[in-house]
Amino acid sequence: MDWDIVIGIETHIQLKTKSKQFSGASTAYGNEPNSQACLVSLAYPGLLPVLNHESVNCAIKLGLAINAKIARRSIFARKNYFYPDLPKGYQISQMELPIVGPGYLSINANEKKKDVRILRAHLEEDAGKSSHGVSQGKTGIDLNRAGTPLLEIVTEPDMNSAEEAVAYAKKLHELVQWIGICDGNMQEGSFRCDVNVSVKKKGTEVLGTRREIKNLNSFKFIKQAVDYEVNWQIETLEDGGKIDQATILFNPETGETKAMRSKEEANDYRYFPDPDLLPLLVTEEQIDEIKKLMPKLPDEMQESFKKELGLSEYDASEIASDSEVTKYFLALVDSKVNPKLSANWILGNLYSRLNEEEININQSPIDSQRLAELIKRIEDSTISNNAAKKVFDFIWDKSSITVDQAIDELGLKQISDSGEIDILVDQVLKNNQLMVEEYRSGKDKAFNALVGQVMKASKGKANPSQVSELLKQKISK
Amino acid sequence: MLNLSLQSLALHLEKKTFSSAELTQFFLGRIKQHNPSLNAFISIDEEKSLTMAKKADELIAKGKKSTLTGIPVAQKDIFCSQGWPTTCGSKMLENFIAPYDAMVIEKFNEVGAVNIGKTNMDEFAMGSSNETSYFGPVKNPWNLDLVPGGSSGGSASAIAARLAPAATGTDTGGSIRQPASLCGFTGLKPTYGLVSRYGMIAFASSLDQAGPMAISAEDCALLMNVMSGHDKRDSTSIERDKEDYGSKLNSSIKGLKIGIPKEFFGEGLDSSVHTLIDAAIDQYKKLGAEIIEISLPNNHLAIPVYYVIAPAEASSNLSRYDGVRYGYRTKEYDDLTDMYFKTRQEGFGEEVKRRILIGTYVLSAGYYDAYYLKAQKIRRLISEDFTNAFKQCDVIMGPSAPSVAFNAGEKKEDPLAMYMQDIYTISTNLAGLPAMSIPAGFVSNLPVGLQLIGNYFTEAKLLNIAHSFQKNTDWHLKSAKGFE
Repeated sequence: MDWDIVIGIETHIQLKTKSKQFSGASTAYGNEPNSQACLVSLAYPGLLPVLNHESVNCAIKLGLAINAKIARRSIFARKNYFYPDLPKGYQISQMELPIVGPGYLSINANEKKKDVRILRAHLEEDAGKSSHGVSQGKTGIDLNRAGTPLLEIVTEPDMNSAEEAVAYAKKLHELVQWIGICDGNMQEGSFRCDVNVSVKKKGTEVLGTRREIKNLNSFKFIKQAVDYEVNWQIETLEDGGKIDQATILFNPETGETKAMRSKEEANDYRYFPDPDLLPLLVTEEQIDEIKKLMPKLPDEMQESFKKELGLSEYDASEIASDSEVTKYFLALVDSKVNPKLSANWILGNLYSRLNEEEININQSPIDSQRLAELIKRIEDSTISNNAAKKVFDFIWDKSSITVDQAIDELGLKQISDSGEIDILVDQVLKNNQLMVEEYRSGKDKAFNALVGQVMKASKGKANPSQVSELLKQKISK
Repeated sequence: MLNLSLQSLALHLEKKTFSSAELTQFFLGRIKQHNPSLNAFISIDEEKSLTMAKKADELIAKGKKSTLTGIPVAQKDIFCSQGWPTTCGSKMLENFIAPYDAMVIEKFNEVGAVNIGKTNMDEFAMGSSNETSYFGPVKNPWNLDLVPGGSSGGSASAIAARLAPAATGTDTGGSIRQPASLCGFTGLKPTYGLVSRYGMIAFASSLDQAGPMAISAEDCALLMNVMSGHDKRDSTSIERDKEDYGSKLNSSIKGLKIGIPKEFFGEGLDSSVHTLIDAAIDQYKKLGAEIIEISLPNNHLAIPVYYVIAPAEASSNLSRYDGVRYGYRTKEYDDLTDMYFKTRQEGFGEEVKRRILIGTYVLSAGYYDAYYLKAQKIRRLISEDFTNAFKQCDVIMGPSAPSVAFNAGEKKEDPLAMYMQDIYTISTNLAGLPAMSIPAGFVSNLPVGLQLIGNYFTEAKLLNIAHSFQKNTDWHLKSAKGFE
């Protein structure tokens, strides 16, 4: 039997603000437990939430980036439940009137472009962290994270494969970093996905019962979890079983999903508008101000790379997929080096070296300025492309040496002195009469061999185009 | 020192007839003498109070005083006060020492007023008789067998017995005005948002409002000048220019249009109270006011609406008392759920638990629309009633409470009868309007309060209307036998 897979994703992104959603406490990661638990984080009696407007700006930025409607008036609501790492006994979130309304995000998966509709995005605060077994039989509560600003972005069930789910997650991950509202650090939990999966018989309209895989914090896990879950659901149904709505967890060690709680055990969160906070009003002017500060979005950037800089579809999309790479690339273009050559160098030599060292482009020991100098030396024929690779490797861990010094030190400077090349060409022609005859009789290959001989004689330093120019002149004489 | 207005006390302090330390010592002495029978205070700290008094004396000596410098003020135990136990009348917070000051406390500290002690109250401000306090019931100085009203019963008893010249209270459904009525003094509940709720332990956030309690309107004006003001730590605090609430005290009230809502004089109002309220209104007529009959057609819905909205907010506000971080935690428990159950079972009293249950119920899936949402809609209708009324009149008058003080224990087992105590006060909280209770006479030697309800931000006007009455009557100056 054939099945359709239906996937919707809820992503929690941690907003890049200095202080918490409703208090002045720091949001820094990894500090001594409870060192950032201010009295508001601790929910002391009489303390009240005060909205951090920086997070509102972040939400507006996202709204603009996904072509969404931004609510002029939205409401904070309380989501009530008891848990030791939820100090107030409720989480402040947005329920009926979220700040960001319907929008969409375009993804590319399996060679196909698709718009994933985004239903809404709303502001909320994170809970603290429970560490079980800190000491025998005890649970430690760390409230450093409690109150950290989150934006929850909810899609429609528009994705139909694990690949599409991953493509969406990657695209959103890239976008939120691009517009500067999230650091994207998945290990630290800054970007985590809850993936809703259901299957239905091919061609049927009615959606199957969904199960929600909680808290996936890597693209690999999303792929594995969805694949496993889809198989499990299909097998269950084909065996005559029934799917119950449930919240499930993915175990990266076993690659399996397992139910955490069923619908019957689900909480009644008793949402109601938070009387401590006024309705959140956003003005037209505020949105216009933020619009002015918005960077060009990845899709727009990709278009301009293609149209204005002549990059190939592939190169343009690769470079525009990461804001840091784009910055690096644009810095090269700004130093007036050839865009195509720049793209080749970034996606070729630089990428493979970065991968080897497992570092990001902004940690590259060869910054854009140095790479620009190097590429310029190819452009002005000081060195060949091959020689440039040697220089690149040579200067990788030598920050004190300039590109030109490296070229000298390695003795890679091309011979562009026509007199010198002239002598070499004459010698080669003299010693390879046979080849010259072959070329004259129409064998083009023979010409390349002649060029190769001259290059060899010059120990690779002759300028190849100059060499072929001279050869042609002399042979045709 | 007894029976003096705040203004006179300030003058004496300035002239050094007596020092703040002496004044503080005097009231501490009265507290020591009478608190055992009244139970008006939950905590007293002579050393702390006297230290504050001495600092105030230094300020006075340096000539750096404002009106309330050195004046003892009793603080309702709902306001977090750094270094003081802040219990909110609950076992849950029996040993809670606040690590910070509420805005109200900060403001009194700033002007050098002396915290004379933390007053008893109904647990988490839930009650109208001060019988729900974990620290025992408060007695009414006019008759120790009777309740002082609630929830600000401790502050009320303290003012009536002259254990302090001024006090603070909070009013969610009548908790300043009803005790002011039952104990015979002046109390003001300001417009919602005028006094910051920062550090004031929440009962029902959209209704809670702090206000002054004192002998006279004149004193309340001075207290309001200190307590009010914008605070960015409370998002519902209102940004307004600073106002002198005493500036209009002596303005003429000739031509004042007084609206009398017929709904305030129907069934349930004690006839002798009715008579006194009529007499008070006649007094206003004599002072040149015009009487207009008005209607607040939805007033009868105020209590049911209140008992949906207030418990709903309370059920959520009180979730933080879970035994995890501070406050009471049960001694023995099997697991987390057991710890929650026992802690909240043992830490909260009956009335608080009743309201948490009601609140949880009305917010539950399937009931939300029928209760909470509907209540919010009616709340708007109740507000509109007032908007319409204020098109016809400048102030609304009626009783503050349906009867004089009642016997302790009388209504304790009958919550609905207890809830009726607030029938005339609750609608103003729902609308967020300012209102006062001022002494208007006695029924069998028990005080009766006249309620004055104003439009938004008309506190100065209300105080003027109250002061005009108090210049021509002396009900507010009477003190209970045994406490003169």
